[in-house]
Amino acid sequence: MSSRDSILASIRAAGRTPTGHPQVPTFDQYHPVALERFQTSLELIGGRWQAPEPDIMELAPFVRRLFPDGTRFCSVVPEVASDYELSSFRQPAELAQVDVGVVRARFGVAETGSLWISEAEYRINALGYLPQHLVALLDPEDLVGNLHHAYQREDFRQARYCVLMSGPSATADIEGVLIRGAQGVRSLTVIPWARPR
Amino acid sequence: MKAVDHVAGSKKFLASEDHVSFHDRRLWDLRQGRDAQMRAIPEWQELRTLASQIKEHTLGQLDHYLEMFERNATANGVKVHWARDGEEHNRIVHEILSQRGVTSLVKSKSMLTEECEMRPYLEARGIAVVETDLGERIQQLDDEMPSHVVVPAVHKLSRDVAKVFADKLGTDPANADPYYLAEQQRETTRPIILGAGAGMTGCNFAVAETGAVVVCTNEGNADLSANVPPLHIASIGIEKLIPRQEDLGVFVRLLSRSALGSPITQYTSHFRAPREGGEMHFILVDNGRSARLAMDDFWYSLKCIRCSACMNTCPVYRRSGGISYGAVYSGPIGAIIDPSFDLKKYSGLPFASTLNGSCTNVCPVRINIHEQIYRWRQIIAEQHQLSYAKTMAMKMAGHILQHPMVYRTASDMAGIALKVLPRGLSYLPLNVWGRQRENPVPPAESFRQWYLKNRKQDTSA
Repeated sequence: MSSRDSILASIRAAGRTPTGHPQVPTFDQYHPVALERFQTSLELIGGRWQAPEPDIMELAPFVRRLFPDGTRFCSVVPEVASDYELSSFRQPAELAQVDVGVVRARFGVAETGSLWISEAEYRINALGYLPQHLVALLDPEDLVGNLHHAYQREDFRQARYCVLMSGPSATADIEGVLIRGAQGVRSLTVIPWARPR
Repeated sequence: MKAVDHVAGSKKFLASEDHVSFHDRRLWDLRQGRDAQMRAIPEWQELRTLASQIKEHTLGQLDHYLEMFERNATANGVKVHWARDGEEHNRIVHEILSQRGVTSLVKSKSMLTEECEMRPYLEARGIAVVETDLGERIQQLDDEMPSHVVVPAVHKLSRDVAKVFADKLGTDPANADPYYLAEQQRETTRPIILGAGAGMTGCNFAVAETGAVVVCTNEGNADLSANVPPLHIASIGIEKLIPRQEDLGVFVRLLSRSALGSPITQYTSHFRAPREGGEMHFILVDNGRSARLAMDDFWYSLKCIRCSACMNTCPVYRRSGGISYGAVYSGPIGAIIDPSFDLKKYSGLPFASTLNGSCTNVCPVRINIHEQIYRWRQIIAEQHQLSYAKTMAMKMAGHILQHPMVYRTASDMAGIALKVLPRGLSYLPLNVWGRQRENPVPPAESFRQWYLKNRKQDTSA
C-alpha cells in the first residue's frame, strides 16, 4: 500500500465522527473600516505611517526625501521612477543590491494594520524582502475592516503567492529585545496615496 | 530508551538564578501581552469556540480534507508527497534535492522537521542546511533543540548567544549587545540565502479548498526562503488542515495574539502555486498523528496550532526551561503530545505540571490540556511507570486521604512542622523545586479548626 493510502486508511480506522462546520461571523460591530485603526495597528507592529501634506501633488520627490541622498530605488509603481530596469534582474537574489523597494498594496486590513501584496504587485516577489527598506502605497479607499473580510476576497484564490504584511522584518529572539531588520527589510513605510483611476 | 528525567533537567536550569529569573519574567510578559490582546477583542471567547469547532470538524473527516487539499494543490501545479514517518519525510526531501543537484538548503522554522530530525539526515548526505530564524539559528549553532515553539532560544541570555556566535561565526566574544548579535546573523546568513539551491518552510495552516499553505513569521524568513531560491518545499503535519479560506480569519486572529501578544505576525504568507519558472513541493507527514487520532482521550491535542500560550503561562515550564523536557515539544502541550510518541521515554513529563489548569484557560483552540495531563498520569500509574519516590508519596497520600483521623493529625502536624522544623529539614534534598523558593507561612489555624470554632458560635447565637 502506498504511504498515501496507508495514512488515509489509518485516519479512517481512527473512526472519529464528523461534527458540524460552524459559519464564521464577520464581527463588523467591533471593527470599523477606519484608516485611523489601520494606522494605529501598523505603528504598533513597527510599520511607519507617512502621509504626505495635502499640497503635495507629486509623490516621487516626497518618497526620495524620506531617505538619504544616493539611495537606490527599485520601484514597480508608476508614481515613483525606478533606478533599475526590472528586466535587468536575472535572478531574485540580485534584488539584494537594492536599497529601497517601492510597491503598491492591493488592499489593507484596518484591524491588524496589514497590507495585501501578491506577485502581481511585486512583479518579483523578492522585492518585498531583499531590499534594505520597503515603501508601500495604499489607497485609503482600499481598506477592509478585519481579517474575516479580507479572507472573503477572491484575490487569495488567484494569487500564486500573497502576503499580509504588517511591519518590517523583526525579531525578539535575543533576551526579548525588539530588533527591526532581522532577515528582511529594516523598515516598512506606508504612504496613503490614491490609486490612479 | 532511557526515560527523560525532567526533574534532573530542571535542576540544571535552576542552578543559574539569572537565567531562571529572566526566563520566568520574559514568558510572563508574553502571557500578559496575550491578556491585553484578549481584553481588546470582545469576541475573543467566541473566536476560541469557533477555532475549536473548526478543528474538531476537520479532524472528524481528515481523510476527506486531505484528499481535497491534495487535489487542489496538484491542480495548482504543486507536487504533493505523503510520508508515514520522519524517516520517509527525510528521504523524500533528500530525493527532491539530490535529483536537482541541490547542496544548500535554507529553511524557516518548522517544529515538524525537528520532529523528523531532518537536519542531521541531510547533513550526513552532503546537504548544508541553514536555519534562517534567528532563535532557531542560535539553537542550530549550539547543537541544541529549540526550547520553545515560538522563541526557540528564550532560555539563553545574550551573553550565551555571544559565546555561541563567537565560537561558530567568529564574532567578538566580548560583545553581547543583542543588536550587534542580530546584525552578525543577518550579515552571515544573507549570502547563504542568496546562493541556496532550495528553500524550505513549515506550515501553520493548510487550506483544503484552495490547496494553499499559510506560514506565519515575524522575520520574513519564510518569504525569503520560498521566494529567492527556485525550489520551495513545505513540510506539513496532516493535522494542519482547515477546510475553507474564510476559516483562516479565525486562526490568524488568534495565533499571534495568543503567542506574543501582537495582533498578527509581521508576515502572514500564503503559498498556493509555484512562481513562474519555479517549483513547489508539499510533503504531508503523519509521524504518529493518525495513531493519536485513534486515542479517545488524546486526539483532541491534534487541534494544537503551536502558539505556545500554554507554555508561557505554565509555572513549571517557566521555571524549568524547555530543554529540561528532553523532547521536541516542551511545556504543557509537550507533556500531552510527547508520551503519545514514546510513553516510556516521556513518562515523566505529565508530572511536570501543578494541574492548575491555566494552560487550558489560555488555549486558543480550547484543548483540555490539564485534563489530558491528568489522564496520562493515570495511564502511567496503571502501567507502573511511576518513579519510586512518586509511588511511595502516592501510597502515603492515599492512606492519609482515606482516613479522616490520620488526615487531621497529619495536617495539624504539617502546620506545626512548618513552624518549628529548621528550614534545612523541610527542604529535602530530593525536592529540587524547593530551591529558590520559601515555604509559606503556616496559617494560624487550619480550616477545620476555624470551621469548628465558627460553627460553634453560629449554633450558640
